[in-house]
Formats: sequence, C-alpha cells, structure tokens
Amino acid sequence: MMETVAENSQAAENVLDNALESEMTLSMGPQHPSTHGVLRLDLRLDGELVLKAVPDIGYLHTGMEKLFEYKKYQQGIVITDRMDYLNPLGNNLAYVMAAEKLLGLEIPERAQVIRVLFCELQRIASHMVWLGTHGLDLGAMSPFFYCFRQREKILNLIEAASGGRMTPSYFRIGGLMMDLPAGFTERCKQFLDDFPEAMETFDTLLTGNTIWHSRTKGIGIISREDAISWGLTGPCLRGSGVDLDLRRDNPYSGYETYDFEVPVEHDCDVWARYMVRIRECYESAKIVRQALERLKPGPIKANAPKIVLPDRDDMRKHMDSLIHHFLIVAEGFNVPPGEVYHAIEASKGELGVYMKSNGGPKPERVHFRGPSFVNLSALPEMVKGEMVADVVAVIGSLDIVLGEIDR
Amino acid sequence: MTEKLQTFVDALKQKDPAWVLDVVSAHGETTVFVGRENIIDACIFLRDEHHFDMLADLCGGDLGPEEDPRFFVNYHLFSTTHHSRLRLKVFLPEDDPKVASATSVWKTANWHERETYDFFGIIFEGHPDLRRILLPSDFDGFALRKDYPLRGYEPYSLN
Repeated sequence: MMETVAENSQAAENVLDNALESEMTLSMGPQHPSTHGVLRLDLRLDGELVLKAVPDIGYLHTGMEKLFEYKKYQQGIVITDRMDYLNPLGNNLAYVMAAEKLLGLEIPERAQVIRVLFCELQRIASHMVWLGTHGLDLGAMSPFFYCFRQREKILNLIEAASGGRMTPSYFRIGGLMMDLPAGFTERCKQFLDDFPEAMETFDTLLTGNTIWHSRTKGIGIISREDAISWGLTGPCLRGSGVDLDLRRDNPYSGYETYDFEVPVEHDCDVWARYMVRIRECYESAKIVRQALERLKPGPIKANAPKIVLPDRDDMRKHMDSLIHHFLIVAEGFNVPPGEVYHAIEASKGELGVYMKSNGGPKPERVHFRGPSFVNLSALPEMVKGEMVADVVAVIGSLDIVLGEIDR
Repeated sequence: MTEKLQTFVDALKQKDPAWVLDVVSAHGETTVFVGRENIIDACIFLRDEHHFDMLADLCGGDLGPEEDPRFFVNYHLFSTTHHSRLRLKVFLPEDDPKVASATSVWKTANWHERETYDFFGIIFEGHPDLRRILLPSDFDGFALRKDYPLRGYEPYSLN
C-alpha cells in the first residue's frame, strides 16, 4: 500500500516536472475579442511568459488591390472606405490626393479646409474607438460607453455632410461630393464646446487610475532605433520619442498653416502610446476649431469639367455639363501616365498610396501602405518576454484595424 | 527635383556610377532605377550616409506578361530627420524574378517582402521567413499578376 502511494506521487511529480519544463504553444484568436477583428497569434509560452509570437493575418483579405485595377479611378474611392473602417475619410483623402497628384489638379481653398476639418473629426472618432476598446481589453468597462457617445456625435456630423456614417466616400477626385449642409457649423461648434470637457471627465477614469498605470507602464517596450527600423509611424512612433508627424513635416491640404502641437512621449511603452493619443485628441479639436473659423463661401470642386462631376443644377441648364456627366460616368477620365506615392498622417500612422497609371481610365497598380499592417509586424518584438495578459495590452496600444491589414 | 534630392542622387552616382541606371523626376517625386545586384548596397549607403533611416513602403508591380522586364519592386525611402522621400526601383525579368532581401537593412521589409512574394511570386533571397502572408498557404498562383483573372481560375473552397 505504502509503495503504491509513493509510486503514484512520484509519477505525479514527474508529470508536473515535465509540464514545468515543456513549452506550450497557444493559438490566440482569431475570434478572441481583444484582437480587434480576426487576428490570430501563435504564442510559444513558458508558463505565462511569451517566448515567441507569430501573427497570422489574412482572414479578411478581399483582394482590394486587385479590384482597383478593374475599377475606374472614381469608383476606387468606395473601396478605400472599407479598408480602415474607423478612419474612412483618411483613406479617401490619401487615395484622391494620389490621383490628384497624377492629374495635377488644383483644389479650391474651401474644399481643402473641409477636408482638414473632417479628417481631424475622424481622427478623434478613431481615437475614441481605440480608447474605449483599449480600456475594455484591460478590464475598464465604463470609458467605453463615454467614448462611443462622443464618437456617435462625430458620426452624426459626418452623416449630415455625406449621408454615410462608416462609409462616407465624401472626398472626390477634384474636391468634395457636395457642400456642407445648412446649420453644420453650429452643430460642429456645439460638439467642440462639449468635447474637451467630456474628454477630460472620462480621460481621468484611466489616466489617474493606479490599476491602469500598473497594466501599461513598462509594458511592450520598443526602443527609438527599433521603432524606426520596424517602420512604426503615427502615435506608436511618437510614443517611442521620435518627433515625426507628416501633417507638420510633409504638409498637405494646407496643414502647414494650422497651429497645433505634436505630442511626443519618451517612455516607449504602452503608457506612452496611450498618452500620445489622448493628447492628440485635444490637438485635433483645436485644428477643427481653426478650420471652422476659416470656412469661407467658395467653390468646392476643382475647375476641371472633364474630371469632376458637374452640379445637378448645371446639368439641367447646360448641355455640355450633361455631356461631361455622361462621359465621366460611362467612360471615366484618362489619367496621364506616371507613378506617385502619396502619404498622409492617418489616425494610426503613415497611410501611403502608391498609384501607377498607364494613361487609361483605370489605374495599372494601386498599393496601400497601411499603418496597421506595418505596426502589427513589430508586435513579436514588443511582446517577447512579456506575460500573456500583457499581449492584449500591447495589441490595444498598437490600435490595429484588420480591415486595413488584410485589404 | 529639389536641390536636396539632387544631392542624394549625385552622391549615389559619385559612390558608384554603375548603381544608377536612370533617374526620373515627376510630380515632385524622384525615382532612381537601380540594378538588382546593387540594390542592397545602395540602400545601406543611403541609410548610413544620408539618414534614410526608414523604409516607408516596399511594393511590387507587374507590367504584364508581354513586357520584358516584367516585374518591378519599389523601395520608398523616408528620412525621420530631413523628411525627404526617394524611390528606388528595380526591374526583374519574368523567368528569374529574384532580388536580395532588404530585411538586413530595415526590419520592416520583412512583411512587405512577404506580401510582394504572396501577390507576385517575386523571390527575396536571404529573407528569413518567405511564405504567404495574406492568402492561404495552399493558394495556387500569384493573384496580382496581370494574367491572373479577377475571380481566379475556380471558386476557392475552404476545404
């Protein structure tokens, strides 16, 4: 009797030893809620320590880059909405600006101001989703509701102007789809008056929270040199102490004339990336306010009747407008041969569009350099040596959208 | 071409005239055509001597089966200090679409090169982990080649 007990306990100990010595592979996702879509991570674990992480992407791949080659330039705008679905206006802007660069179009002042205004509103909306879900991932439930309430107000503004909430397609090649609706300025001002105050109330829920500090400080560190080598951009790069913002350093759409600060943090961890985005929200609100002040009546479309769709009113009165409308819709417009790479500062980082034309109405090649795609590629570097629970914190701090990664 | 970009192109030419096959300047952007055997040397030179410390983007392209050379690879270089952009371009023939991997120069090249391999079948020699990234591992063919039909050859099944 005693012998068997001894044997059993010896056997149990062996099993335990083996379990402690052996490494385990864990497949996290693709349906895991904290992966923000359908991302799968293969984690090699030693107990709770992450030895290696290998992201597996492509679950949402729909061949958008192939599709662009079969659509006319103006039809491509709708596809871009569906890439980074939290920042559709930023995608619109990058795409139409690349086409405008090839065409050499001059965009009127009012259209530029409205583009800046909406891009910054969209940046706030995108950061609101990030803040809400990032908190939710780490167990803070309440900020989520406050964040989504603010985002709802912005989506209502976008809906008022474009008719779409998530898929606005508001920016067109040569200008805008249509002008702002009556009363928009007042509604937007109302939002701006409320926003910083509301933001402060729910920002303190996390920023001043001890649990939040211990979950984010010193986690997911990536050094300045590594961040540059991995091609990180946007808040992830600025969280590693690199002072780079394309709105200021490669200005487009008249950003050089706006007065705003570029928040930079030097801690290189989840907390630093969190603080950069929080501070960015206030800066974006400042830019929106300046844009509202600059809003002067004027044309919203470039003077290029063979490229830009005419107003409905003109079509009823002028025969040539009707002909142009028919030709643009039926045959499209030819874009001179050439290639461009245009990069903008989207809410998640550098969103670059490479566009190559061979002279026809459809592009020969369109390539999107999505910030989420590049930022996610640095994840294995960041989570090495961290705990499993911190992987969730690091993914949240990267602010990825799988629609853009998989395209 | 701005003066700044001109100095980088001149420096490249001065370093080794054989590296620069052609320079095209259009739409405010500069493209330097580099032979595929020199691309990594040119990248390292620009990174170390001229502060092009970031590879903003790397993407491939197909000019069509009737063209020779058929494929190209773009390297969009960016500098976090002087904020200039420069495009290096390499042409690759259809029967031997191979070029050395830039993963040793910039770590970010890893996923970009996997994507380019996935879509065009361009082989990056020396890449640590060159396998498909967006399409399933058992996918047949290279989807972004011009001769690959939009809807594929047959309906794709998950089985």
